[in-house]
Amino acid sequence: MRIAVLSGKGGTGKTLVSVNLAAAAKASTYIDCDVEEPNGHLFFKPEGIQEEEISVKIPKVDHELCNGCRKCVDLCNFNALAYIKNKLIVFDDVCHSCGGCILVCPVRALTEKAKVIGKVQKGVSGEVAVWTGVLNTGEATGIPIIKKLLEESSEVNKQTFIDCPPGSACIVMESIKDADYCILVAEPTLFGVHNLNMVYELVKLFNKPFGVLLNKCLEGENPAEKFCLEKNIKILGRIPFDNELGTLNSNAKIAVNRNEKYRELFSSLLNKVTKEVQHETTTNP
Amino acid sequence: MKQLLILSGKGGTGKTTIASAFIKLADAKAYADCDVDAPNLHLITGWSVKPAKTDCYGLPKAEIDPELCIKCDQCRQNCRFDAISIDEKYKVDPFACEGCGVCEYVCPVEAITMKPAVAGELMLYSDGEKVFSTAQLKMGSGTSGMLVNEVKKQMKAAAADAELAIIDGSPGIGCPVIASLSGVDMVLIVAEPSISGISDMERIINTAAKFGTKTAVCINKYDTNIENTEKIEEFCKKQGLPFIGRIPFDLGAVKAINNGQTIVDIDCTSGIAVKEVYHKTMNLLFEKGGG
Ligand code: SF4
Ligand code: SF4
Ligand code: SF4
Ligand code: SF4
Repeated sequence: MRIAVLSGKGGTGKTLVSVNLAAAAKASTYIDCDVEEPNGHLFFKPEGIQEEEISVKIPKVDHELCNGCRKCVDLCNFNALAYIKNKLIVFDDVCHSCGGCILVCPVRALTEKAKVIGKVQKGVSGEVAVWTGVLNTGEATGIPIIKKLLEESSEVNKQTFIDCPPGSACIVMESIKDADYCILVAEPTLFGVHNLNMVYELVKLFNKPFGVLLNKCLEGENPAEKFCLEKNIKILGRIPFDNELGTLNSNAKIAVNRNEKYRELFSSLLNKVTKEVQHETTTNP
Repeated sequence: MKQLLILSGKGGTGKTTIASAFIKLADAKAYADCDVDAPNLHLITGWSVKPAKTDCYGLPKAEIDPELCIKCDQCRQNCRFDAISIDEKYKVDPFACEGCGVCEYVCPVEAITMKPAVAGELMLYSDGEKVFSTAQLKMGSGTSGMLVNEVKKQMKAAAADAELAIIDGSPGIGCPVIASLSGVDMVLIVAEPSISGISDMERIINTAAKFGTKTAVCINKYDTNIENTEKIEEFCKKQGLPFIGRIPFDLGAVKAINNGQTIVDIDCTSGIAVKEVYHKTMNLLFEKGGG
């Protein structure tokens, strides 16, 4: 069972939810796909970390062979190549590694070299396997890292919790592609509703079963709850706004391991989600 | 035009809350929301006029004509993004296609064409005195960096004479942030006093440093964790970064936002604190020899 946790934006409690669900599930895998700002490892403090560098392929020019025909420059849709002052230049940072230039070069002046863009770290924290993707600063896209994380985790037959990147762009879609269920975390503000609407559109587009978890609930009006009621969206639960939880979280402590109250909260949420997933697989096999 | 960019490493730190307060305090004539993935600024900057909208095109997407296709499999083998699949016919997954055009190049029978694809919608609010540039990325479009560039370009073109522009940046450190960083005069980082917040802040500071942009730091919701607040201040001191203020956690802020107001529109503790941060930021931004 693969559960993706998303939110239209960061800071809504996505990591709080995925970390605590994984901890409540005990034998599980937690995957941090928020490669630009992976935070889950700060909570789990995994041990026995194995690291693997992730690289993409970018072209390398043999200036002796290149005859300046510019076929590669014309083909590259990302403007990663330029022929300036009788020399072909590759702009590594904008190259998408499509391989087109190598195919098109008539004299085989282009070959590929590997460029490291980040890494994958795998460790354990108690019974939880903690996998983290880290994108190097200055790199444009973490998609190759997410692909690697999810590909390998699909071979592991355990409950898996995917902490998605914020937003609803390509990188989020990559993260939820193979998820069985999506939990959308929402804040009770006007911003929260706007952000929730975007991930809601996204999960609908991908036809994923999903439910909303209302976080930081305060007394009084909750615009996010109203939104769910209007759209007939399943509300999975409510996490109250609570100083104690806030402090635990800001100190990167896992709430379910610290306090019975939170253990119950997240265990019952986990039960609910598990039932939802089973229900989905029997009605939409 | 001096451009101030507000960044936070990650969302949820109150970046937009602070940006909107700054816009109000400066009575800014030009501002932009570069969080094209999840723009929020329009919700509290109170525009009653309708924005002028323009479609923004990204890279084209491949399309296969099944009538012409001879099923040679060349396109599928050469697509590095696994965007082509066979399900009776060869077809392209538009969400996975990055528009590189390699398939079009390898297809022996010209069955593939590259079709223009809308990447998002640019919006420009303007009332003759002020301009506000923003955009919404289309679901599943990958070109957010490009859209961010367009948002900034549109703002600059519409308000060439404005002395100051305030830009609400995008979260993260990836391509949209890099796009929002280019060409700005100063970055204000809004940090959150949590272990995660500190980790995010360090990453965004490193990214800004690559561009050599002047950077200052403030902390929002500082009183939710004093210990971490002190850690952040310590960090700034070590790095030689100007630390310019603490803003308290304030339920009044939530109320203001839910009413579509900024925190300086109402009388609240976060509003008072943000004023001081604003003045310090402006001093840094306009200081002699700076920029
Ligand atoms: S691999 Fe693709 S994106 Fe990179 S330089 Fe070559 S053609 Fe351009
Ligand atoms: S296609 Fe080959 S020969 Fe032509 S400019 Fe590019 S690298 Fe040089
Ligand atoms: S344009 Fe590039 S990414 Fe899109 S289908 Fe063709 S080869 Fe794949
Ligand atoms: S390369 Fe052209 S002919 Fe060959 S499978 Fe693809 S679309 Fe069909």
